[in-house]
This record gives sequence, C-alpha cells and structure tokens, in this order.
Amino acid sequence: MTTDKKTTHWTFELDSDSLAWLRFDKTDAGTNVLSAEVMADLNDRLAEIEEASPKAVIVFSGKSNGFIAGADIKEFTGLESPEQAFDLVRKGQHVLDRLEALPCPTIALINGFALGGGLELALACRYRISVDDPKAVMGLPEVKLGIHPGFGGTVRSVALVGVFAAMDMMLTGRNIRPKQAYRMGLVDQIVPERHLRRAGRMMAMKPPATRRVSARERLLSLGPVRGIVASLLSKQVAKKARRDHYPAPYAIIDLWRRHADDPAGMYVAEARSIASLMCSDTSRNLVRVFLLQDRMKALAAGKPHRFGHAHVVGAGVMGGDIAAWCALRGLTVTLEDRAPEFIGPAIKRAQKLFKRKLREPRLVQAAMDRLMPDVDGTGVPRADVVIEAIFENADAKRELYTRLEPRMKPGAVLATNTSSIRLEELRGCLDNPDRLIGLHFFNPVAMMPLVEVIHTAETPDEEIQKGIAFARRIDRLPLPCLSSPGFVVNRVLMPYMMEALLVAEEGVPLPVIDKAAKAFGMPMGPVELADTVGLDVAHHVARILGEAYGFPVPEQLSRMVEQKKLGRKTGQGFYEWKNGKPVKEKSDQSVPPGLADRLLLPMVDEAIAVYRDRVVDDLDLLDAGVIFGTGFAPFRGGPVNYARHRGIDDVTASLEQLRQRLGDRFQADEGWQEVR
Amino acid sequence: MQSNRAPYGSTPVYVVDGARTPFLKARGRPGPLSASDLAVAAGRPLLARQKITPDLLDEVILGCAMPSPDEANIGRIVALRLGCGHKVPGWTVMRNCASAMQAVDSAARNIALGASDLVLAGGTEAMSRAAILFNDDMVHWLAGLGRAKTPVAKLKHFARLRPGHLRPVIALLKGLTDPLVGLNMGQTCEIISHRFGIDRQQMDAFSVRSHLRLAAAVDAGAMDEVIATYDSAGNVYETDDGLRRESSEEKLATLKPFFDRKVGLVTPGNSSQVTDGAALMLLASARAVEEHDLPVLGRILDCEWAGLDPAQMGLGPVHASTPILLRNDLDISDVDYWEINEAFAGQVLSCVAAWEDDQYCRDELGLDAALGSIDQDKLNIDGGAVSIGHPVGASGARIALHALNVLARTGGDKAIATLCIGGGQGGAMLLSRGAE
Repeated sequence: MTTDKKTTHWTFELDSDSLAWLRFDKTDAGTNVLSAEVMADLNDRLAEIEEASPKAVIVFSGKSNGFIAGADIKEFTGLESPEQAFDLVRKGQHVLDRLEALPCPTIALINGFALGGGLELALACRYRISVDDPKAVMGLPEVKLGIHPGFGGTVRSVALVGVFAAMDMMLTGRNIRPKQAYRMGLVDQIVPERHLRRAGRMMAMKPPATRRVSARERLLSLGPVRGIVASLLSKQVAKKARRDHYPAPYAIIDLWRRHADDPAGMYVAEARSIASLMCSDTSRNLVRVFLLQDRMKALAAGKPHRFGHAHVVGAGVMGGDIAAWCALRGLTVTLEDRAPEFIGPAIKRAQKLFKRKLREPRLVQAAMDRLMPDVDGTGVPRADVVIEAIFENADAKRELYTRLEPRMKPGAVLATNTSSIRLEELRGCLDNPDRLIGLHFFNPVAMMPLVEVIHTAETPDEEIQKGIAFARRIDRLPLPCLSSPGFVVNRVLMPYMMEALLVAEEGVPLPVIDKAAKAFGMPMGPVELADTVGLDVAHHVARILGEAYGFPVPEQLSRMVEQKKLGRKTGQGFYEWKNGKPVKEKSDQSVPPGLADRLLLPMVDEAIAVYRDRVVDDLDLLDAGVIFGTGFAPFRGGPVNYARHRGIDDVTASLEQLRQRLGDRFQADEGWQEVR
Repeated sequence: MQSNRAPYGSTPVYVVDGARTPFLKARGRPGPLSASDLAVAAGRPLLARQKITPDLLDEVILGCAMPSPDEANIGRIVALRLGCGHKVPGWTVMRNCASAMQAVDSAARNIALGASDLVLAGGTEAMSRAAILFNDDMVHWLAGLGRAKTPVAKLKHFARLRPGHLRPVIALLKGLTDPLVGLNMGQTCEIISHRFGIDRQQMDAFSVRSHLRLAAAVDAGAMDEVIATYDSAGNVYETDDGLRRESSEEKLATLKPFFDRKVGLVTPGNSSQVTDGAALMLLASARAVEEHDLPVLGRILDCEWAGLDPAQMGLGPVHASTPILLRNDLDISDVDYWEINEAFAGQVLSCVAAWEDDQYCRDELGLDAALGSIDQDKLNIDGGAVSIGHPVGASGARIALHALNVLARTGGDKAIATLCIGGGQGGAMLLSRGAE
C-alpha cells in the first residue's frame, strides 16, 4: 500500500499474482467524481504503478453506488477563461494518456454508473467489464451541459465502437445499459456483481486479444466519406437543436470530420473546443440549470418521510397518469373513480407507460400489480398520501375531502392537483384545514419533471416538507409555491399564449408565430402549445387568471371551445392535427422583427410579478421552475437569468416601447425594482 | 361409509370475507387474463378492504386444475403478487373440479389444528389458456432432431416429418376425459341421466332456469361477491359474461348433442360453460377474529370427500353430502340452502333424483329408504355453472362463498355446497351463517 500521501482518492495494492488493484474512493464524498485534485492524485499513482511494473492493472471503484459519475461540475463554474479551461482539460488528458500507455493490460471494473469523464477513464483502459444490472448505465452526457467529452472521449469512443454508435452516444447524451454496451462493444464482458472482481482477475491473468478496427470503420473515416457522414449527422442534429443555441453537438461532428485521421491532433483540438464551449453562455447556463436541479432535489433534505402507498381520486388524464407514475416509482397505488369504466382507460395508459419504461414483462406485471383500481376507496385508510385529481369544482372537492379526512391515517398527506382553485377556498371543510396542500403536476405527467408544491402562508412547514419529500420519492422536481391564481407555470405561460392569439388576429400566420418562439429557444411555439394543452384547458385557466389579474379571455378562444375545436385531442384546434402532429402550412413570410420580444417579454415580466408576489421567494428556484415547467429555453438559464444577462434596463425599456405601441398590458411590473 | 367425525372437530373456522372475478366465457382463443392475473384481480381488492394487511396471512392456498407451465405453484406466485411479502408461504392443490374446495378445506383443517390463524384460500383457472401440446410422435421427432449432428442427417430427419406430427394435443380435452374408464365428463352425465330417466326437455328446462335465475340475481344486486376485473388493455369485466338472458327451451332444443354425438341428450346448452375465473375466501381462527376484530360472514362446520365409480362421477354430491347430513343429524329439509355445482343440468337433476330414489339410497348409500327431496327454491337460486360458468379450479370456492352470501340474504342458518369431481369423487361442505 502506498497511502502516506496528502490526498488519497486513489490507492493501489499489488497482490501475490503481481496484479495492481487500483481503487478510486473519493475522500469525503458519497459519489466518485473527477476533479483536478483527483486527476493529479491518479497521476501520482500511475507513476508508482509504472515503477512497480505489475502484470496488469485493475481499476475499480470503492463506492458501492457506482463507478464514476463524471467530472466535478462545480469546478466548471470557477473557470474564468478558455485558456484556464484548456489547461485543466489538457492535464486530465495527459493523465488518461498515461493510463492508456501503461505497457500491461488495464481493466476497468464498472460496478455502476460510468458517465462522462468516468466512462472516458474506462475508455482509456484496454478492457472494460461491467456488472449486468440495468442500474449500471454508461454514457457521455456532456452535450446536456453544452459541452462534449474532453478527456479523449471523442477520440476513444469512435475508435472503440465505431463512428455511428459513438456519435449517437455523444450527440444524444443518452444512457447505455450494460446489455446494449456489450452488444455494441463498449464493454468486453458483463457479469453479475458477485463475480466482478473474479472476472477482472481472470481477464488480467489471461487477457483476450483486442479487437481490430473493421474495414467498414476504416472506410467511414476516409477523408471524402467523412465529409458525407458528417453532413448526414449534422442534419440529424439540426432536427433536434439549432447550432446557434446548442453549438456542442456540431462541435463534436466537426472535431471528427477534421481530425479523425490524426488522433494526436484530435486530442488537442478536443481540448480547445471544450475549453471554448465551457466558457460560453450556453454552457454556463446549462450548468447552472443542472446545479439548480440539484438544489431542488436537496429541498427534500431533512426529516425522512416514508411513502409506501398513494391513493389517487379521479382517474382522468391527470389522476390516472399520476397514479401510474407513482406505481412506476414503486409505490402501492389505489386509484379511485365513480365507476370501473372511468378507471379502465387509465389502466390501459399505465400498461403502455410501464412497457415503455420497464420493458421486462415481469417488471411490467409487478408495476401493474401495484396499481389497483379502487371504486370503493378502500385504499384511503392505508395511504400515506391522498391526491385528489377530480374535476375543477370546489363543492365537489370539499364534499370529497369531508369524506376522506376521517378515514385517513393521521399524518398522511392530503393534496389536491387543482390548477385553478385556491387552497383557501377548499380547506375550510377540514377538521385540520392546514393539512391540505397542492401537488400540481403537468401534462403529460411522465414527461414533465416539475411538481408545484402549493401551500398557503399558514401551512405548517412540516406539511410543505412532506409534499416536497413525496415529489422526490417519485423522482419529480418540487417547486414550493404560495397558493395564488395560476401558481408559477400557468401564470407565466398565460400572457405568452394570449399575446400569440392577438398576434394571430393581426394576421400573422400561425407557423410564423411558432417559429419566432422557437428561434428564441422555446421547445414549442405558443400556438402549438395551446393546441397541445387543449383549448378547453387553456380557456379555463385563462378565465380564472383573467379574473384574478384583470385581462379578458380572447373571444376566439371561447368560440373555438364552443365549437369543440379543442386542439390536438379533437384533431382540430388552431392547427389541424394528423397523427399527433400539427399540419403547418409552409409560409415564406419571415419572422417580423420584435415578434419574439412581443411574445416572450410578457412571460419574463410575469415571472418577475410572480416573485414580487412572493409566490416563489427565490429567484434561482423561480428560473428552474419556469424551465422545468414550461421548457423555457434552458440555454438561456431561465427568465430572470435571461433578463439579467440582457440587461434589466434593456428589458424594461423594450417593454415600455411595446406598451406605447400596443397597450398597457406591456406595462413593466413593479417587481423589476427588486431584482436589479 | 367413512369417518363419523367432522374434520375440524369442535374448533370454529370462520369465513371473514370472499370475492371472485366475473367468470369469463372462453371464446376459442386465450382469454385476457392468466390464472394468476385472475387470482390477483379477486384477491387484491379483497385484501385491500380488510382490517388486516396481507403480510399477516399465515399462508395462501390455491386450487388450480390446469396451471400453465409458467405459473408453477401458482399459490405462491399469487401470494407474492398480492403483496403478502416473502415470508407468507403459498401452495397449490389439485382435486380436479373441487380444487378450490380442497384449498378451502386444507385452510380450514390447518386452522382447526391451530397451525394457522389467517388463510387466503380459493381457486383460479384460465381454461381458455389451457396448453396445446405436441403429440408423442412430434416429441420423439424433436428429440431425434437434437441428435442429428450433420446437415445431411438433419435433412434426412426433416424428410421424416409427417402432417400427423403436427396434430396437437388439447390439454383441456384431455383434462375433461377420464383416462381409466375412457369417458369424457359429458358421457358420464349421459350415463347417470339414463339411469334416472332424466330427459332432454328436463335438462333444457333446468338450464333455462339457471340463466333466468342468474339474470334476476344480477339485476337484484345479489352478486356482491363479484368484483370488477380489469385487463391490461383497459377493458373492465363486471358480470359473468356467459349469461344468456334470452335463453329459452325452444332455443336450447335446437342444439346438437355434443358428447354422445347425434343420439345423446347432453348439449353445450345444458352443460356448464368453459370459463376463466377465480374465487377466494379469507378464513380465520377464533383467535384471529378476536385479535383483529374481524367481521364474520359465516363458519365452515364440516367437509366430506367421497369416492364412487368414475363412470358415474356426477353423483359425487350425493355421496359426499349424505355423511355430513347423517353425522350432523340433519334432514335434507334442515338445510336452508343447497348449492350443487351445475357441471351438467342432467347431473344435478340426477343427484336430486338419487336422493328421492329408495333403491339408490338403500343400495348405494346404505340407508333404509330415500332421503328426501330438495326444495327447488332452496337449490341454486341464483343460477349455477350452466349460466355462470365452471372454471374448474375455482368453482368450489365460488359455491361455498355464494352459499354464505345467500344465507346472509335469506336469513337461513345452514347451507351445503357440493360438487362432483372428475375421476369419480364428490366433495361437500357444511356452512353456517354468522359467528355462532
């Protein structure tokens, strides 16, 4: 053992067979991540290993939760210049080069997640053995942070699994499960966890021949062919992300196109490219969003709560899907509605969700067994949380709560999924009115990560904390919100959608309106969004918010609801819908200047109003909530971050110009004073 | 005659609650739910409405006559799927058409012995999913293929494949045929119907009555024990779907005899229906009832199993019920309600006739004279297997549970649930209402 060092993230031991067991167990951390200090420490160990000249080196993790989660993202935020970033990356590259250059076989034992830099480290080994457990995901998710692999991953991944598979990993950032990793050649062997060390030893004693690059791959990497492949890949990426918003995937393709025949040059180019990306606004904003996500998760820290059983009342689209999601996440769920025929469709959707997410029939069956239709409401006395998701009628909800409360377990959460009725209006009927909270999910439940946890000024912290803990238990991001019309997400979306309708009435073609929003970075334009949400839902929310904040519901919207043109679900809304897609007429008209501001600034302004009302009293959480709830251009880091970056004076001045031109609805909110 | 002692002695065995799925008619293709799916569909809501949680059960016992190959020891599978946890053992029993009654009896015996306090027992059957097997020739051919090593040998082996190899063995038909006397179940009904002079018109009239009685019971809300069942496609099944409300003797008269072709009397219309379904009961000891303050639907007082000539298996109820009557000092008329499983209309009518027949009672039962007549208003008043269906592994629990529910409704005190069993047996259970 060579352990008398200052930092001992890495240790190694030579066994009697002269195998070096190189162990990574980051000190004072629950999860292995790669920082500058960790890499330096690894470098020292490698120097010692070179001297010891073992028969083989076996790299393994000292953490039971996984191998290596990736680079230490917090380190990114301290980077001041591309030069500094370049130095950091190059140093890391050199360490992995040193690992790769060891004369003996090197084997990585992947006992759990191996992501980003963690997988790059494994790629620098000659062999990889993974546990055969779906939890051991591997991937290069750097694009999600606006960057790409930087420790040689762009070079080594292509060399190992071929350009298409490697590009798929890097461009989508998706996770690869062990079975698939084995099929594509990313790992050399998959074994049950109990045999991992033994498999490592056996491979070290008798290393198999390494794979040769196939003729196909050699052909694909020839200069002229490469150009064609690269442009094909760029076209694929263009369908998902615009180059001006998300440059990283394009940079990955460019790196390969330019340098695939020169690995040494490609490492340097990779470092240069990532260094400049790391310091870009896009990446900084995406990293911020990633860290905010961690902050939302950490809201659940504190007293642990146990949630084993959820009872959901109302098996409509929201209630049914909430129930299915809870069952997917391992809870026992009872789903109540007036009669079996109202529950049947929810069961069908649940089955589809489970098949998609779980794949294995026995897991699907177990999830289905956890989800019980329950017309008689027998689940109430055993439930740790009861979620009401019936139609939006205060009387009906109160009547239901009166029946539920005496049957509920003491301390169980009573929550409503209402989007438009205030808790204050509903809770009066309860013996303990303070226990009612809101758990506001978004449609489609399985896709939308945010849950607004609604409370009043009187709600005890304990109850809010339970709501937050429950959201985390089912793997959703909680956003605590003060009870008020529209909470956060619906409230900021409404001016955006209403303005879109006004623009449409002025004769701007609908696809042009959507194009303007997408050019800003919204995942979906406001017109398509209205159709997707359902015009009846949009109308209902508009009416409630219009009453609260004083704006009229557009007549056209009322008219369309009367005509049963409700958008995607009826096949006709603002657009005609075919096969779940809107039919957009091609329009030559370019986006009028200022249209994006006209659509988006009211949304940004409303976010400030939300803060002024202290619906959310933390600007960072507000940004995160708007991003995860509305899809607000993540690379812009949220509405507040966007405004600050653009300059608050510029934003308020632009609003003032819009006000003069279009009316008082553009009056800048008083809250801007507070965020300067 | 067998033992004069009731199997549970004087120890009370309580029925707390019970539930079953609707019985779903097999429609020539695999039904929507497997046998364990069905048992879960009945058991999950049943357990959810109890004061006790599933992990408190001492064991789960299920009857299943034709378990599918991927549901071996279905009793244990269902226990786990119901969320009883790893520690609750589960086992499976098989006594053909009485498998579920055997499960309930086994549960009751363990409770009487003091070995168990809380037991979930009953049965399940997905007859529509009964296996279709390779015949022996095909099995040998496949074994030969495994031995053929070279491509030429393989090719030669393929040349030996004949159309006859592909003729399947229908496990369902095998299961409903007695291998020792070479008769299928319908033929055994022809034999006893002939013996007692039951004619076609009587059989059809009985069958129409079964349908009309079930229809009336459904309309009156008397089928409480039937629980809405969902398949994964979101379809909901709420009632037994073999019910024919428009059934009439004229219509039934047009059906052709199915078992003794052309000349026989037994048709699909006056036989029980091939169906999928599950029925479960929660049984408890006095200690468990007291400790958990459980409600009591009724008691299981006695149980009897009898053997007779396999060719006359339909008379099994007579042979199993008579000893129960004798040792409990009951006349036929002292039993407030009879649930005789309607394997065939002619078979139930033959049982009734046997008890009315001096000679039969003397020669076969060792009695002095005929035992008496069953009041038709106390027999299968809500229909039976002819209208409801007969998922063989589940029916025994269905009739026991329904007999208790009828007692609760009519205020009667004692009931007998009994059925005939392929292979020449009869099973019967004496039940009483309430806790005393």
